[in-house]
Amino acid sequence: MSELAIDNISMRFDLPNGSSVQALKNVSLNLKSGELLSVLGPSGCGKTTLLNIVAGFLAPTEGQITLNGDRVVGPSAERGMVFQQGALFEWMSVRENVGFGPRMKGANPTATREKVDHLLDVVGLSEFKEKAVYELSGGMQQRVALARCLANEPDVILMDEPLGALDALTREKMQSLVLKLWKETGKTIILITHSVEEALLLGERLLVMAPRPGRIHKEYRLPFADLGVDQDLREVKKHPEYASTREEILSMIWDMEEEIMGRQEA
Amino acid sequence: MTGLIILAVYIAIFVVSAFVLKLIVSQRQDYTSLKTVTFGDESAVTSNGTASVISIVTIFLIWGSFTGSSWLPSILHAPAPFVGETSFDYTLEDANGVTDTATVTVRVMDFGEKTEKFQVDPGEGMAKDDAVSMQASRSVTILFDKNDEATRKEGAKVVAINGTPISNDAPLTLDVGRFALTDKGAISFSAPRGLQMDPIYLPPPEDVWKRGIEIATEGYRNFYLHEHLAYSLFRVIAGFILGCVVGIPLGYAMGLNGWFRGWFDPIVEVMRPVPPLALIPLIIIWFGIGESGKVILLFLASLWIMAIGARSGVSGVKITKIHAAYSLGASKWQIMRHVIIPNSLPEIFTAARVAMGVCWGTVVAAELVAASQGAGMMIMAASKFTLTDIVVMGIILIGVIGFGIDMLMRWAERILVPWKGRG
Repeated sequence: MSELAIDNISMRFDLPNGSSVQALKNVSLNLKSGELLSVLGPSGCGKTTLLNIVAGFLAPTEGQITLNGDRVVGPSAERGMVFQQGALFEWMSVRENVGFGPRMKGANPTATREKVDHLLDVVGLSEFKEKAVYELSGGMQQRVALARCLANEPDVILMDEPLGALDALTREKMQSLVLKLWKETGKTIILITHSVEEALLLGERLLVMAPRPGRIHKEYRLPFADLGVDQDLREVKKHPEYASTREEILSMIWDMEEEIMGRQEA
Repeated sequence: MTGLIILAVYIAIFVVSAFVLKLIVSQRQDYTSLKTVTFGDESAVTSNGTASVISIVTIFLIWGSFTGSSWLPSILHAPAPFVGETSFDYTLEDANGVTDTATVTVRVMDFGEKTEKFQVDPGEGMAKDDAVSMQASRSVTILFDKNDEATRKEGAKVVAINGTPISNDAPLTLDVGRFALTDKGAISFSAPRGLQMDPIYLPPPEDVWKRGIEIATEGYRNFYLHEHLAYSLFRVIAGFILGCVVGIPLGYAMGLNGWFRGWFDPIVEVMRPVPPLALIPLIIIWFGIGESGKVILLFLASLWIMAIGARSGVSGVKITKIHAAYSLGASKWQIMRHVIIPNSLPEIFTAARVAMGVCWGTVVAAELVAASQGAGMMIMAASKFTLTDIVVMGIILIGVIGFGIDMLMRWAERILVPWKGRG
């Protein structure tokens, strides 16, 4: 049973001019194995900082993170990451990109090959195995990034706006794919997004964060991710609770933005 | 004057061929041809291959034409200087005002032929006939009074050429040629010069070709042509490889470590703007004019370029790629090997192309200063003996080899780093 515990994390950046920015303040969160959490918030609420701390790229100024009881002190293969874009290695083919993690671990090449073939099948890229990644479209590249992350069999998958740069149609297809992979692999997933719809559709749990200092504002438990596993996402959107929750969150974020604007004008 | 005519001919060929080609070549029907905005759209401008071919042909055409090349039919030749035998009469007036006329026979020798003294029958009268030999396109001072009965010392002077009056302030241009009187009263004569160049200034292309063959088969200054070029290339490649071996790791270290960057930044940034040519004197003082000095010079020429290229290649790696590699479980060494190095290759190739160009230019310059073999030395030695054909051949070969090196580097770049600019 893998459990990710975020224990009272604070993050303060000291600026060169002597002042400091409180990017995160007293953020606590427990994530059970197989949970899918989406994190939403206006820009500057520290959601990417939170993800970078969980990934181990940043050390928090206070608090700690444990995965299965082990303290997180740096990046490691148990916490896989999918970036918005540009994190694929252009000098490798699609197959080499996906097989990167196992290769670095020195895994059996034949087993890796089978695993890569299977994953590329799952994400629908089996015809593009030997292509260079720069020959693929943006949506295909993100599918490679997903497959590459899964090939490494991490306990937790961290997604930093992975679909942010895609067009609306591709994005919808990718959302279905993320749900399908979540259900099939049973991975714990944290997904950062600035799209309210995406957060609703993909979040079994949804965290709304507030800025200055970055903190957890409200948490939801939502049924849409489970519904979306078998249903068309457009059908899920017709759910009455979907529309009301969407409105609620939108006005919440709207208020936060207003508050920031007001503070800046004062 | 000739220069202006050549320029005019060149511009005329440029303009006329553009118009003629537009008329005879049908417009391509592709996507670009349907664009209505082409002026200012860089992507609509493609290098016209026909223009490149005509451009090169034009250079050889003009070269051949103005040097009277035997490769061109003589109808395309620029007017040649007068060659052969000609003559004119001069009228001498002695101190007492008595005049007499005598004939000067002039033999104008072609470029490259030697002048030879010859005799004519002096004839009768106070002024006697003279015989002069001269070279095409030059002028000759005719001391007409050596055999005359009245000399310039005694007050005699030339008053007319072929019946046309001449004086110190009024030179003459007749069909025979140009005449002027020197300060001391001698006749300065030049036969019609035409527009062709003396091979001493510019030899015709076939002479350059023949000289090339000659040096390739018989050698020049104890070395065959390919040996001269091989020496230059060897120096470039040795210096360049040394520069890469030291410069690339140095650049990586500067990109990855603050102490290295702080330590070497001032050195690299100060040495980078120093042209390698400015180091030649110091290199000669330290290492002499031998092979090691040249290789060290080229090493220094490429070192800074490669170091800066490698440094910016490392700095240019996107942090998301590094983060991705770490969270996929790669170690530092694996990240170096599989992410940082391949990510920096495009920048390193760009630097390598620049460095090879600089090295090739520098080796020629270094050989101009001091060397016993090499392309630059060949040119320099030849120029001391006005062997213009070797100089021209050397310049062409240096240009062609430099171009060839760059093409080779570009080809290698396409094969080895196909992801360049696609990140």
